[in-house]
Amino acid sequence: MEFKIIMPRIRRELYNREICACSIFGAMNQDGERFTGAGVMLAIANMRVRGNGLGGGFAAYGIYPDYKDYYAFHLMFTGKGPQAKRSAKKELDAFLCRNFDVVYDEEIPHGDETSVSDPPLVWRYFVLPKKQGEDSLLSDEDYIVGKIMWVNTRIENAYVFSSGKNMGCFKGVGYPEEIGEYFMLDKLYKAYTWTVHGRFPTNTQAWWGGAHPFSLLDTTIVHNGEISSYGTNRWYLEMYGYACTLQTDTEVIAYAADLLMRRQKLPIEIVAKILAPPIWNAIDRMNEKEKKLLTTLRMVYAPLLMNGPFAVIIGQTGRMIGLTDRIRLRPITAATRGEMFYLSSEEASIRLISPQFDRVWTPNGGEPVVCELNSMRKVLQ
Amino acid sequence: MKSFVFPEFQITRDEEKCGQCRGCERQCSFGTHTYDPAADRLISDDYKCAGCQRCVVFCPKNAIVVRPTPSFYRPNASWSREKLDDLKKQAETGGVILTGCGCDKPFRIYWDHIVLNAAQVTNPSIDPLREPMELRTFLGAKPDMMDISAKDGDVEIKTKLSPNLVVQTPILFSAMSYGAISYNAFRSLATAACKLGTYFNTGEGGLPREMREEFGRCAIVQVASGRFGIDAEYLNCGQAVEIKVGQGAKPGIGGHLPGEKVSLAVAETRMIPAGTDAISPAPHHDIYSIEDLSMLIYALKEATNYEKPISVKIAAVHNFAAIASGIVRAGADIIAIDGLRGGTGAAPKVIRDNVGIPIELAISSLDRRLRNEGIRNRCSIIAAGGIRCSSDVIKAIALGADAVYIGSAALIAMGCTLCQKCYTGKCNWGICTQDPRLSGRLNVEIASQRLSNLIFAWSHEISEMLGGMGINALESLRGNRDHLRGVGLYEWELDVLGIKGAGE
Repeated sequence: MEFKIIMPRIRRELYNREICACSIFGAMNQDGERFTGAGVMLAIANMRVRGNGLGGGFAAYGIYPDYKDYYAFHLMFTGKGPQAKRSAKKELDAFLCRNFDVVYDEEIPHGDETSVSDPPLVWRYFVLPKKQGEDSLLSDEDYIVGKIMWVNTRIENAYVFSSGKNMGCFKGVGYPEEIGEYFMLDKLYKAYTWTVHGRFPTNTQAWWGGAHPFSLLDTTIVHNGEISSYGTNRWYLEMYGYACTLQTDTEVIAYAADLLMRRQKLPIEIVAKILAPPIWNAIDRMNEKEKKLLTTLRMVYAPLLMNGPFAVIIGQTGRMIGLTDRIRLRPITAATRGEMFYLSSEEASIRLISPQFDRVWTPNGGEPVVCELNSMRKVLQ
Repeated sequence: MKSFVFPEFQITRDEEKCGQCRGCERQCSFGTHTYDPAADRLISDDYKCAGCQRCVVFCPKNAIVVRPTPSFYRPNASWSREKLDDLKKQAETGGVILTGCGCDKPFRIYWDHIVLNAAQVTNPSIDPLREPMELRTFLGAKPDMMDISAKDGDVEIKTKLSPNLVVQTPILFSAMSYGAISYNAFRSLATAACKLGTYFNTGEGGLPREMREEFGRCAIVQVASGRFGIDAEYLNCGQAVEIKVGQGAKPGIGGHLPGEKVSLAVAETRMIPAGTDAISPAPHHDIYSIEDLSMLIYALKEATNYEKPISVKIAAVHNFAAIASGIVRAGADIIAIDGLRGGTGAAPKVIRDNVGIPIELAISSLDRRLRNEGIRNRCSIIAAGGIRCSSDVIKAIALGADAVYIGSAALIAMGCTLCQKCYTGKCNWGICTQDPRLSGRLNVEIASQRLSNLIFAWSHEISEMLGGMGINALESLRGNRDHLRGVGLYEWELDVLGIKGAGE
């Protein structure tokens, strides 16, 4: 009898991480009144020099009132030629049918395909989880996150890039205003929160999945910066089942936000102190209670400290949050006008669409700016 | 029997310079130098020289040179001089060859094949002289998550936290017992650790009673297989308790402190009769399995009222990562791993030079193992064995260690020259000896100053390298292999280290 002994060796990870600088912009109506993407497209176009046409994207909250109780999956099928895209879609469709009840699906309407470079097939599905066997013990969210990780790592050329309720991401390669026009965001959709991103990657091999925002469930991130702690953040998140597949450092912020806010139910003020904690010198001077809290947070969540320069706008249902790294190496400006709330890399962009402000300020490093809807009712109805 | 081994070192004395002060004669405990009154000159016996360079450094006229002897056997790639000499010594004595310090064989030193990253353009580097640079590190178990209740802005932590050690810089002094090293050397380590906000490890020889109050706050107390000097007060005076299972220089074997080194004071500290051999058995005779270890861990936690982290020190051997993962599950808060090049006061040379694996590979595989099992935050990793400079420290951390232990490096700071004669108890530098005439040569104030200078300098260098990478807190480098690249390594070595090759 012959035996074949195989000794598997764990291969080192040869992931590539893209680095980019960017423009970010966010606008929110605190009353929940919905407005089109025309204004934010104008504002982000004003920061054209902060990008280089290799990535732009939008997150919009409140765009699917007719399907508000269903998870809206936006799928991207890449690959060379329509054949590859269709075969990826076929595989994905089979997977979705096994694990979800799909109530409606369609191709996301778009403009002329020649106006952008190499667009993938972009499709949206409105679904409810179909939990079976052991999975029925999971919450809906955990179930969906698990399935998304499965699709993104196992199904070649298929990427779920948006998965929340009553919200959606639109992104691609090009200047953000071009992507906005391609998906006709100024005509087809109305949202109470828009966040936008214009990208300047140093890596020229741009792909549609690598554009911002990054999202998981209803949390979206647009990010300007580089996360030097990526390797550390990544292994910590991997321990909790998050697969980092999108070849960019931004997704770790999205997963960290999901882990801390959704799964561990920590309030945003605490989460901000985890992602961008005060320095020890400052903590040591605080009163005993604060000192104990912040010391414990830094001790327990040290691997989630986001190091390196960054400014992010985190979008969630009914909420928009701005945050910079703890020594504020990337810019962010906040402004309010009536019920409108704005966050932007540059003040000029806000002034372009809202010449008058009630208040404008530059938040301190590591200090979150949180804007919440006055009433959630309007969104849910 | 006439020995056929010729001397290792050749001593040359510049007779013109020599002032016959007989300083070298007094300095050498091995009796190398003797004074011939008839000829009014000093005579040196090459056979006795250990090559420790004490006489060279202390000769007021700078008249002595000690160098490896130029004599050689016919060169032979297989039969090196060391092999021949060792063989002859054994033929003459029938004994096991003893040695001290860490493995000196040319196994690949991975530190020297790893390069660090730096920030350029997309990410600003940070100047540590202008910006805060944080090296503070917590050692111990961390919970998976924090449960917090917030009521009107008042935040309450509901999660029960495990005790952690706080170090201001990720460098601790490795276990070196009183008995193996002199009282002055031991006290110097303790003094420096307290001054620096880090910890020293008592080793297996107990902590002298008069030092407990003053130095307990910066001590990790060790429990080894000999159980020397252990009582409730000892366990509770330190800030952490370490169970020593193995040592990198001699994995799988115990320790032996000869009776000559067991002075009255050492005997009292170790709680054994003076002049008797202090023998640590190879295994703990109450630990024959992982569940036995778990019982000891919890016995120590009970004894210290669950207020102190428990560390388990093991040697890095072939299957240690799986064992370490079991140790974490058995309740340990800290895993200390000691690599192939870890030092010792006395070990059989054949063990020291042939057993164990390099620490660089060990750190990486342990970190990965614990991550894959999702328990990396349930313990801290302290790496030991072959840390020579600040870049070794920072590379160890990027490979996944939380902190490092330094042993040889600390001794070198105090004067050690790695002459490997620690087991003779005749250390001319006053470090590894119990002879009061020799140990008196080590001034606690000066030695502790040299130690704190060293750690200060290394910490500063670590800050510089961190800032260069655009990182301002050490925790953001932990396990961050993205900032490392390998040069001149085979694919399998890169795989084990989990790093890319340079340019990849």
